[in-house]
Amino acid sequence: MAIFNLTVNGKKTKVDVEPDMPLLWVVRDFVGLKGTKFGCGMAQCGACTVHVNGEATRSCQIPVSSLAKNAKITTIEGIGETQLHAVQQAWIEEQVPQCGYCQSGQIMSAVALLKANPNPTDADIDTYMSGNLCRCGTYDRIRKGIHRAAESMKTGNAGTGK
Amino acid sequence: MEHINTSRRSFIKAGSLTGVGLMIGLNSFAKEKHPKKISHTDPKSAVLDLEINPFIIISTDGSIALINPRPDMGQGSTQAAPSLIAEELEVSLDKVKLIQSGGQEKYGSQQSGGSSTVRGLWNSLRKAGAAAKEMLIETAAKRWNASVVDCYAKDGKIYLKNSDKSFTYGELVDDASKLQVPKNPKLKDPKDFKILGKYNKRLDVPDRVTGKAVYGIDIEVPGMVYACIQHSPTIHGKVVSINDSEALKVKGVLQVIKTKRPMPHRAADAVAVIATNWWAAQKGRKALKVTWDNGDLAKTMTTDNYFAATYEAAKKEGIRYEEKGDFNAKFANAKQKLEVNYETPFLAHAPIEPECAVVHVKDDGTAEVWAHVQGPDGGLADVSRALGISKDKIKFNVPLLGGSFGRKAYHDYLNETCLLAKELKKPVKMIWTREDDITQGPYRPGMLSHMQGFVDKGKITGFHHHAIGESIVGQVFGGLAPDESDPWLSGEISTENSKYEFPVSKISWTNVKTEIPIVWWRSVYASNFGWGQECFIDELAQLAGKDPLQARLDLVKDARYRKVLETVAEKANWKEKLGAGQGKGIAVFASFGSISACCITVSKDGAGVKIDKVVSVLDCGYYVNPDHVKAQTEGNIVMGITAAIKGGITFTNGVCDQTNFHQYNVMRLNEAPKMEIHIIDSGENPGGVGEPGLPPIAPALGNAIFAATGKRIRKLPFDITNLG
Repeated sequence: MAIFNLTVNGKKTKVDVEPDMPLLWVVRDFVGLKGTKFGCGMAQCGACTVHVNGEATRSCQIPVSSLAKNAKITTIEGIGETQLHAVQQAWIEEQVPQCGYCQSGQIMSAVALLKANPNPTDADIDTYMSGNLCRCGTYDRIRKGIHRAAESMKTGNAGTGK
Repeated sequence: MEHINTSRRSFIKAGSLTGVGLMIGLNSFAKEKHPKKISHTDPKSAVLDLEINPFIIISTDGSIALINPRPDMGQGSTQAAPSLIAEELEVSLDKVKLIQSGGQEKYGSQQSGGSSTVRGLWNSLRKAGAAAKEMLIETAAKRWNASVVDCYAKDGKIYLKNSDKSFTYGELVDDASKLQVPKNPKLKDPKDFKILGKYNKRLDVPDRVTGKAVYGIDIEVPGMVYACIQHSPTIHGKVVSINDSEALKVKGVLQVIKTKRPMPHRAADAVAVIATNWWAAQKGRKALKVTWDNGDLAKTMTTDNYFAATYEAAKKEGIRYEEKGDFNAKFANAKQKLEVNYETPFLAHAPIEPECAVVHVKDDGTAEVWAHVQGPDGGLADVSRALGISKDKIKFNVPLLGGSFGRKAYHDYLNETCLLAKELKKPVKMIWTREDDITQGPYRPGMLSHMQGFVDKGKITGFHHHAIGESIVGQVFGGLAPDESDPWLSGEISTENSKYEFPVSKISWTNVKTEIPIVWWRSVYASNFGWGQECFIDELAQLAGKDPLQARLDLVKDARYRKVLETVAEKANWKEKLGAGQGKGIAVFASFGSISACCITVSKDGAGVKIDKVVSVLDCGYYVNPDHVKAQTEGNIVMGITAAIKGGITFTNGVCDQTNFHQYNVMRLNEAPKMEIHIIDSGENPGGVGEPGLPPIAPALGNAIFAATGKRIRKLPFDITNLG
């Protein structure tokens, strides 16, 4: 076991875990944030997507020891703490989730997409979001949700996670 | 019409265990004569919580709780079930607390399955709401010394007409709950509905987009240990020896236990690694060395052998399910006839949340369970059996299901967690890996549709569907006699269900067995047999020189079916002139009390085709929320196309060839087509919503590909980018 100092959703936290434990299990079972989900364990489904220094990252593939010391980790719990993020708000407006299990990962990917590309086309969305599986089949609404979030972020009325 | 199959016995037997395919009304609320004081809030609180009937709890402080008797796996029961109560009780859903039932008998069948939530609860839950409302009105009327006709309910209060007098439900509940529960309360006229049939946002969506929603995998109990279970690669192999020396060296691993995976029909050997955290448990499992005796499974349990047997069976006469006229004689003499086979693969459900459970057997002889099952009533019975503890000593909690599609109504994963909990005497959290989920089954069975038909003077006049494969009723429940055709064909391909009125027809069945574990998968056999039925209708239409839509309309008199077909043709612009290399395909299928039709447009794209658009039409009778009906249908389009063009499950040498999503592909966002969904407001009794949209998808695609390319595809899955 080893001690790792992490910054998760802006809060400094200390965990005592095996160095090869993936960030996913550290976040879920040691930091206690259950919003990030396990789906496949091999970066195929995207359910475990979090942000590491703002980049969408499959946390099931990141051993905790591989994180840089000052790495900033953001999970689904950290993007809309004071006000729902525009993407979360758009997901409610479009009634995107069915079972909702994959949606933490979908939303974290969508937030990262909109940060990099505030005006994504359908083709941009298709490319960026193809790593996040949804077995319930909410893809059409995810596309609509991203366009809606992009619009509301332009008007500046919605939360951006800042 | 001669119905050969008279055995409803096994159907009822199977249905009562699963709820699949059965519609069970709940009347249990009417049995409750005396209210119970129950405490769902703070036990020290002075507030009295009164169960006015099992589905409604009103506290003297005015707070209201409604029971949802059907677990939510994404199908929307957390909105649908309480909406039925709230409509009649005249309360707003945003002002009530929702409690998931935990298997107690007073709630009746609690199985989310067979697309049964709304159609199964439509009357009983509305009656529960209406009965409570009448009791509250009667109490208020008495207090005002007024007639009940002068009192009315609105938004959680009873009002006296032409006055400023009112009581909250909380002010009335103490007296109201002492009244007899009316057995036949008056239900609202649908034209007065305020909630049912209207667009309403689902109130639990905010929790599902903020990470707050609690799924089975999120349960944490103080003092719990974690388990990861090594199953046999051949599923049924026996453990010969276990070398756990490396596994026990993994930091966090506590112990290794030889155990069982009890499936409904047989138990398989398994080896569990117990650890202080799940990552350590699965690491320990990888370090295990288990020797398995696989018997003949390497030879016998292969999908190639299984399908070869189905094609052999297609050459022989099956067991008749129904027959009209002498099909064989007419077929032998027919001048224009066709005989072909349609194949569908085994499929994994692959919900993104894998199977998992938490079970705690306590020192005082009671137990507590947290399991994302589709039916807590069946789950409770299984836990009671596995633990040897009576149901009344088990508390069964049902967290949300992160997808299921039928999978979590099969309790092997819960049973094996129970066995570990019994031995360990501390809370155990067991989680399957994705590899377990893909390689261990149970799966949708692969099936063969052997089709024969003939045409005469431009009309389809003879039709035979010979359904061939492993039976869910037979394998899972041991409920199929050798001389019996599978009774579940009734709601699938029977002509009573399809409404096709062929002059001569036959439906028959041959059971080809396999040791590969099978179970229901979204829309059950309809997901298999819709493919053969609806593609073959197109083949016969072509032979007859008929337009595929017209050929179907020629066969169907039923007004609802005709409306569904005509609507999909209109919405999809069936008769429009298409570009070169474009084609449209149509299909219709009825299942779970609803009728769905689909029209898909495709264009040639290199060696394959691309899907331009999917138009789906559903007549599900009365429904709760049109938006969620559409959402479920969108899901059925995605899952239906996935089942047609993505990889199936295959077994070679007794072992599943696919292990994770890199080999068991499911549709991704970039592959999702444009879709349009239309609901027909037929005002008929409610039908299912979660499944009926799926069966017509694959055949509509197959028919569209034929229209665009002239290539007739008969075997699923196929590569849409290269049709060969």
